[in-house]
Amino acid sequence: MLKRARLAMGVLLLTSIAFMVSGSFSPASAAESAIIGTLSTPGGEPVAGVVITATDADGVITSGTSDDKGVFAVPLSAGGTYLVEIDVATLPDEITLNDEADASRSLLVLGGEKKILIGLSEGGESGIVSVESGTTERVIQLLLDGILYGLMIALGAVGMNLVFGTTGLTNFSQGELLSLGAFTALVFNTAGLHIIIAAPIAIVFCAFVFGWGQNRILWRPLRRRKTGLIAAMIVSIGLAILLRYTLVFFFGGGQKSYEQFAGQPGLEIGPFNTTPKALILGVIAVIALTATVTWLQRSRIGKATRAVSDNPALASATGIDVERVISVVWTIGAGLAAFAGIYLGMTQTSVWNMGQRVLLVLFAAVILGGLGTIYGAIVGAMVVGIFVQLTTLVIPTEMKTVGALFLMILILMVRPQGLLGRRERVG
Amino acid sequence: MDYLQILSLTLTQAFGVTALIYLFAAIGLNVQFGYTGLLNFGQVAFVAAGAYAVGVIVLTFDLSLWLAIVVGMVVSTLLALLLGIPTLRLRADYLAIVTIAASELLRLLVRSIAFKDVFGGAQGLNGKLGRQFHDLNPLPADVALPVFTWSRQDLWVVIVGWGLALLATLLVWGLVRSPWGRVVKGIREDEAAVLSLGKNVFVYKLQALVIGGGIAAFGGILWAVAKQSVQPDTFQPDVTFFVYTILLLGGAARVFGPIVGSIIFWFLLAGFGELLYALINNGYIEFLAAQQVGSMRFMLMGLGLMLLMIFRPQGIFGDRRELALDAR
Repeated sequence: MLKRARLAMGVLLLTSIAFMVSGSFSPASAAESAIIGTLSTPGGEPVAGVVITATDADGVITSGTSDDKGVFAVPLSAGGTYLVEIDVATLPDEITLNDEADASRSLLVLGGEKKILIGLSEGGESGIVSVESGTTERVIQLLLDGILYGLMIALGAVGMNLVFGTTGLTNFSQGELLSLGAFTALVFNTAGLHIIIAAPIAIVFCAFVFGWGQNRILWRPLRRRKTGLIAAMIVSIGLAILLRYTLVFFFGGGQKSYEQFAGQPGLEIGPFNTTPKALILGVIAVIALTATVTWLQRSRIGKATRAVSDNPALASATGIDVERVISVVWTIGAGLAAFAGIYLGMTQTSVWNMGQRVLLVLFAAVILGGLGTIYGAIVGAMVVGIFVQLTTLVIPTEMKTVGALFLMILILMVRPQGLLGRRERVG
Repeated sequence: MDYLQILSLTLTQAFGVTALIYLFAAIGLNVQFGYTGLLNFGQVAFVAAGAYAVGVIVLTFDLSLWLAIVVGMVVSTLLALLLGIPTLRLRADYLAIVTIAASELLRLLVRSIAFKDVFGGAQGLNGKLGRQFHDLNPLPADVALPVFTWSRQDLWVVIVGWGLALLATLLVWGLVRSPWGRVVKGIREDEAAVLSLGKNVFVYKLQALVIGGGIAAFGGILWAVAKQSVQPDTFQPDVTFFVYTILLLGGAARVFGPIVGSIIFWFLLAGFGELLYALINNGYIEFLAAQQVGSMRFMLMGLGLMLLMIFRPQGIFGDRRELALDAR
């Protein structure tokens, strides 16, 4: 089957053709404003009967349905920012959206016809999604996305790195602290609390129950038993599996959204295209991270934390209560991780394995910054976040995690102590 | 309730094809983790390498299955070198993170659209992958065992699989009794001491990774041949951790540890599931839905791994002194 081999070599060419097919646009037909496009499978077959709606700032809804050539046009009364939604229920059985986030997006229409791209997959096989805009615009947009993504990773990674620094535990269940945060907020939200109220309650709840409590019930007794670090690492893997499937047990395998802000209309600030919720969450994340750094620099217990990270035995000898420091570190780390989970749950959706998906990116951030270094997690997270988003300029979006993992392996070969780590033997 | 049927289904799974696949991965991991002390968290990558070698050679390139087995071994060796050369000098926890990352990286690559024509994308490769093997099946068409409920095809896989698993165990038994085995155990206990005796620690570690990876890749080949389907999302990192649970249950650094661990692991996992299904279907348990049983099995597994590690890290037959859990 030589032909197949040759096809395989021409793979990039092929996929770019597939992309062009799925993104081919209908010819201009109307003078007034409209959102237009053509829906087709990666194989090039038109997808008919899909309903696409546009909601303007006043809540007026217009819609269009793709015809038997896959062409759709949603008429608009004027230019402005619209929330464009694809009714996923009207997609044929085998067809799914490439990116769940595509189901609802905000779009600025300046007037005339605006083409949109919708990446479709057939039977789980995905096409290529791309943003159609100039390269500079895209770089700026991806930078913003990268900073926001980096902030989320930083929130998740700080706790992991603090725990590693003070106890030496490589926590494989850190990802599940994010999931627990998102789902705890979901429980409060479903019980009737607005997400703005539910989120802080969930963060405090997670900090004390899943952070302080977890350390008290599990890790402190293990330290007392003098359980080895590798044994403890394997225990954390068992815990991760237990927590993950507990989430499946109670919430099922589907994706969940909070009752508020799920489909928030977009916002266009200069060249940036984002949602208000992502920006507000980003600002809160910056405040939370700054507070954590200040706390570590200034407060008594923060200084003690840094001392314990540096040398637990010496810190203990100078009268620092090491166990108390560890308790505080677990509480704060779990709280920040819960916030990161809610961040993910609000900007995307909550799903039982959301933490597992993000765990390796957390590791990448922590290793890049330096395992155990206090500020390393934040620096590493920002670098990884921006790097991951920018790589989508050259590699398909579906492979962006590959970039982060590759970066981590590379840094381990060149500078295993990480960017901020001290030179020491890690081999 | 038909308890005999539950027992029969449980035993069929405890000795069945899936158990065999994990058994090969566990025998390989025993060489790497049990004897050499390498914290390889990417064992699933070797299983995937074996399975994909069969898928790509037989389906994509339409070549012989026997060639695919050779290619599988070559690919797993290359993978071990690729994985080992940059990482084996690192500390144990770094090695763990890099190997798990590499296994995820590979899974994302084979499921990507860019290599869809070779690896089949997210759907993987499905077709008559094991035809040449099943054509050799000498069993009569109406073969039936008492207790076990395998099909004729599965029974053939199980017979050959268990034969090969015993061979692999014999190989490990021979290896760890050889001078080579004493050196790798020495590395596990005290790397510096072995280094000072003039042994090239790095090369020994690499050899252990290659041998263990090769045995695990055999599990992958068996996977492709028996299930006639190779799908990227079945090679999640969790597979590696199931293999750890199996190995730790039976006892790491014990020749028969993986076999004992595998039988007990699958007996408990399958038995728990079957019993619960039966209880729900017969109306004895009403507060659970049948689809929740699947997640309960994994919850039990996670809890089991935790408790095992905390209270009896040496497993059933292991020796606590022979366990590389304090390397750092």
